Parts: sequence; structure tokens; C-alpha cells
Amino acid sequence: METNLPTPASPIATLIPDELESPPLSLGQLTWRRFRRHKMAIFGAVTLVLIILYTFGGMLFVSEADANRTDTGARMQAPSIEHPFGTDTIGRDIMARTIYGGQISILIGLTAMFVELLIGVSIGAFSGFFGGKTDSILMRFTEAVLVIPQIFLLLVMAKYFAQSIPNIEMLGRTFSGSVVVIIIVIGITSWPYLARIVRSQFLSMKEYDFVLAARATGASTRDIIFRHILPNSIAPIIVAGTLGVAAAITLEAYISFLGMGVRPPTATWGNMLEGAYNYIDTAWWLWFFPGILIALIVLAINFLGDGLRDALDPHSRAV
Amino acid sequence: MRLHNLLKTMSRYIIRRLLQAIPLLFIISMILFILMQNMGDPVATMGGRKVTRSEDRIRLTRQLGLDKPILVQYLYWLVGNDWTKTDLDGDGVAETPGKRRGVLRGDFGVSLVNRKPVTMVVGERLSNTLLLMLTAEAIILVASLLIGIYSALHQYTAMDNTITTLTFILYSMPVFFFALLTMYIFAVNFKAWGLPYLPTVGMFEPEQGKTVSQVAWHMVLPVATLSFGFIAGYSRYIRSTMLETMGQDYVRTAKAKGLPRPEIIYIHALKNAALPIVTIVALDLPFLLGGAIVTERIFGWPGMGRLFLDHVSRSDTPVVMGIMMMIAVAVIIFQLIADVLYAWLDPRIRYK
Repeated sequence: METNLPTPASPIATLIPDELESPPLSLGQLTWRRFRRHKMAIFGAVTLVLIILYTFGGMLFVSEADANRTDTGARMQAPSIEHPFGTDTIGRDIMARTIYGGQISILIGLTAMFVELLIGVSIGAFSGFFGGKTDSILMRFTEAVLVIPQIFLLLVMAKYFAQSIPNIEMLGRTFSGSVVVIIIVIGITSWPYLARIVRSQFLSMKEYDFVLAARATGASTRDIIFRHILPNSIAPIIVAGTLGVAAAITLEAYISFLGMGVRPPTATWGNMLEGAYNYIDTAWWLWFFPGILIALIVLAINFLGDGLRDALDPHSRAV
Repeated sequence: MRLHNLLKTMSRYIIRRLLQAIPLLFIISMILFILMQNMGDPVATMGGRKVTRSEDRIRLTRQLGLDKPILVQYLYWLVGNDWTKTDLDGDGVAETPGKRRGVLRGDFGVSLVNRKPVTMVVGERLSNTLLLMLTAEAIILVASLLIGIYSALHQYTAMDNTITTLTFILYSMPVFFFALLTMYIFAVNFKAWGLPYLPTVGMFEPEQGKTVSQVAWHMVLPVATLSFGFIAGYSRYIRSTMLETMGQDYVRTAKAKGLPRPEIIYIHALKNAALPIVTIVALDLPFLLGGAIVTERIFGWPGMGRLFLDHVSRSDTPVVMGIMMMIAVAVIIFQLIADVLYAWLDPRIRYK
């Protein structure tokens, strides 16, 4: 507990001159100082790095052709030295698929989060800054989206956009067009909560003196929004974005699991699980490895987000 | 008595909220309707395995009103078409009066898949989903209250730390992974070890019949799957509100007066600590429904979630729209109930 009462060991008295003269800490340094005390967050960060190393480092040892090569002679083989995670129903190596599927899952998580940020921040910022009619129209729209549970909206939209989208060639690899569909669909159903957070930030922030000062010096509306208010409300956006990645990875897994997500040949952790529950009593390795990877990455990102929330909080005094 | 007075003072607020819900439902129904129209041809899958002849297709499309412009279809869906005539035989003369009465008059239309009224199709499944959800909700509340209070009263002990870690892990665990893991342990492995094992599919064994004990036994895994994440989340929440209230002045006063500890904890502190849970339970209803989709799919539970999945994949607009609009109305009503309950339980809250 903190008190404002002067105590014999008051902070000023114990500061050594060197500390008094050192330049003030930047936001990044302050955040890092608080973040590294958060054991769970450090655990999350380390786990996340390990998973990323596994999925992207694994590329060096296994080619994508291996991940998609079917071998009907070796169907549903239990984990062995040759296939450490076993093989699936058409004889593909599950370890190779978790490596390449993980890349797609992480990619979907990150890009869907950017789509979410783009929509959520713009709607929230306009709504909060301009108020009045703009605000009430945008907020009615936000509420309308929130009234339907996200997974229902996702399934309808995934079906809507899923009509024969061609495969995409990129970096010498072929991606199923459904990856793009899933990214967009997750992005455009996830933004309402973020929009509300940003709106409330803007609502309070626009009354602050520094905004008045910026106006007085003749700053344009665009500058006030993007250079003055937005950087000052970045903390909750970073936290929401981090947690948004975990949510997007889970959502991708849900819809792929339900058979409406990313289509073959592209593997994701989610679509590796599709239909796996039919083999619950014969082949546990079909669902266990992709499942545990999803659970781990979501846990890691949630820990990270939690740590960031505490570390970025300007009211938290622990340095 | 107080609730009565409160409702009277809140009536303006309640009426305003209900009026605000009208444009909301209008917007969302329009968006969903337009999305549904472009999801593929429902007539294509109607004949089952038989290939439908193209003249049959055209006739069916006309009979179902699917040849009309989308806004007209939406209008018919919303207010019905009994005030107008349609052309059923394709000779260009509108001769048959419409029979649909529209959603606004309680007619959700007829399923394109099995030609049964939507209210009937959904009604058959609704009770199964409600059974699952209400049981889950009861277990969520009891378990999270017990766990939350226990860890608040034993803050920073080894047990509390274990609970904290466990709840964090469960909170992040995807529903399907939990379902598959528990299925594997309690159904597959328990069977292999010769222990009494849990069933994984359906509501009852066909040869045993639909008895209470059969259904209860089949509900264990689905209910556990549906509730674990919420138990984890809520118990964290109750722990923190409980810790907060235990530090309040009035609790200290109660202690100073020498009241017995259980009375302080369960009557003075808990009453205030559990208050926010009321709102959260009402607002989390949509998430519980979302979890029900995955749960019902995995465990083959014949509820609304599976109904929704089956009919989305066959582009059955009336059923899908019906389910989503019912959910939307339920969500709005529960939000309102949460507001009223909160004002009733906490006299400091006043709505304008």
C-alpha cells in the first residue's frame, strides 16, 4: 500500500544524485521495467517465442511438399521415430503439418488483428471525436453487430464469402484463397469491443487541455486525431490488439473445426482438427498435437496481454 | 414491493431502451438477410440425391418466392405477402394470394429444407439447448462462487496459487480441445481401464430409451465442456470483488462489533461482492450460446447450435434468420433485465 505521508525514508532522501540526474525513462523503458516483473507474462513471451521458432524454424528441416504429401500406405500411424507426431487419415505427416499449419494460423491471427484494429480504431475514433449524429449512427451500428453472437455471424459470413475463391501464389507457395476469406471475416466481426474502448478514450481525451492547446495553435483535425489523441490512447489499443491475436487464432480454429474455415491443401491448426473427433478412440494424435499447440499459443498470448495491460497502465506505480 | 416501485420509476428508461432496440433489430435483420441471399442456391440441394430438372427448379424457385428482388423478399419476410398476389404458374399474371404473415406477426416462414414451419423446427430443438444451457449456468454459478470465495479467503496460500494457475489455463483453453481431452480421458480410457465410462454421443442410448437418468448421464461431458471456461473466468472475478469488499470499512465495522465470521463473509461481504456477477451472467448469454454450437457438434447433442450449422450449410434462409433473430431478441431482453436487476440490487444505481 502507498501512502502520501512523509516517512523517515522518503523516496527523495534515498535517491542517489546519479539517479536524479539520469534522463526520465521513456514509455518503452518504463513498460519493460514493469513487464519483466510479471512472471506469467515472461512465461507467455518465452512460450510464444518457442512456438514461433518451431513453426518458422521448422521450415528449414521440413519442406511444404512433405506436409502435403499423402501416403495411403501409412495412414493413421501412431507417433514413431519416422513420424514423431504420427500420420493423419490420408497418411500425411502431422508434425510437418503442424509446422506449416502453425504459420498460417499465426498469420491469420496477426492479419485479422490488423483488420480489426483498422476498423475498430477508425469507427471508435470518429465516433468519440465528432460525437453527435456521427456518434449515434456508428454506435447503433456497433450495437447491431454485437447483438448477434460472433460465432453465428462468422459462420454466416464464412459461407457467404466462401464461394470458389482462387488459390493465391505468394513467395513460391500456394495458399488456399479461403485464408483471405477467414482473415477478413474474423476482422469484420471482431471490431465492436475495440471500437467502444477507443471511443471512450477519445470522448475523455478530447476534453483535455493539451487538445485545447493543439487547437489553439491551429492544428488540423486530422493532426489532433492522429498525432495528439491517438498516441495518447495507444495503451488499451495495444492490449486489445494482443488479446485479439489470441481470439482470432481461436476463432479460426472454431470455424475450421466446424468445417467452414480454411480449405485444403493449406493446413492450419484448426482444419487439422476437422473430423478428428470421429477418431477419438482410435487415433488420439490426430487432434492432440494441433489442439495442444492452439491451447498453448492462446495461453501464451493471453499471459502476454495481461502483462502488457499491467505494464502499460500509467496508474501503476511499480517500476 | 421495491421491485414494483423500481419498475415504475424505471418505466421510461425501459420503454426508451425497447424503442431503441427496434432500429437495431431492423439493421441487423437486413444485413443478415442480404448475406443469406448470396450463400448459394437452396433449391440445388433440395432434391436430395436426385438431380432436379431445370423446369422443376424454376417452378420451385417461383413457388418459394426466390425469384423476387432481394428487397421484396425481405419485405415479404418482414411483413408477409398476404396483402398481395403472386404469379405461381409462370404465365406473367399474378393470380395466387400470398399466405405468409411475416415475422412482425409471428410467422417466421417455412424451412426450405423440410418444409416445416420455422417455429416448429426451432421449437423442437430449443428445449434441448435450454436444458444444456440452464444446467451449465447453474453449475457455473455454484462452482465459481465456491472457488472464488475459497481463494479470496485463502489469498496467496499454496491452494490459492494452484487455483489461480489452473483457472488461467482453463480460461484460455479452446472449447473443442477441452471437449476432446475429457472425451479421451473419461470415455475412451475409462472404458479401456474397465471403469464406468461416460457416453460421448447423443442424449440417450436408443435401447435404453429417453429416461431422466440416461439424459443426465449423457449431459455430464457437454455441460462440463460448456461451463469450464466460464467457471474459470467468473471465479477469478468473484475472488477479486470478494477481496475488495473484505477490505471495506463496513466489513471492518462488522468485525469490530464481534459478528461471527461466517455471517460477515456470507451475509455482509458476499451480498455486495456477488452483485456484478448478475450483470455479467446476463451479458455473457451470447457467449454461452456460441459455445453451445461447438459443444453440440462434438457431442452430437440435438440442439439449436447443430440445427443452425446444418441449415447454414444448406442455405436455409428462413430457419437461419429465425434462429438469429430469436437470439438477437433474447440478447436485448437479457441486457435490459441485467440493467433492471442491477438497479434493484444496488440502490445507488439510477438510470435516466
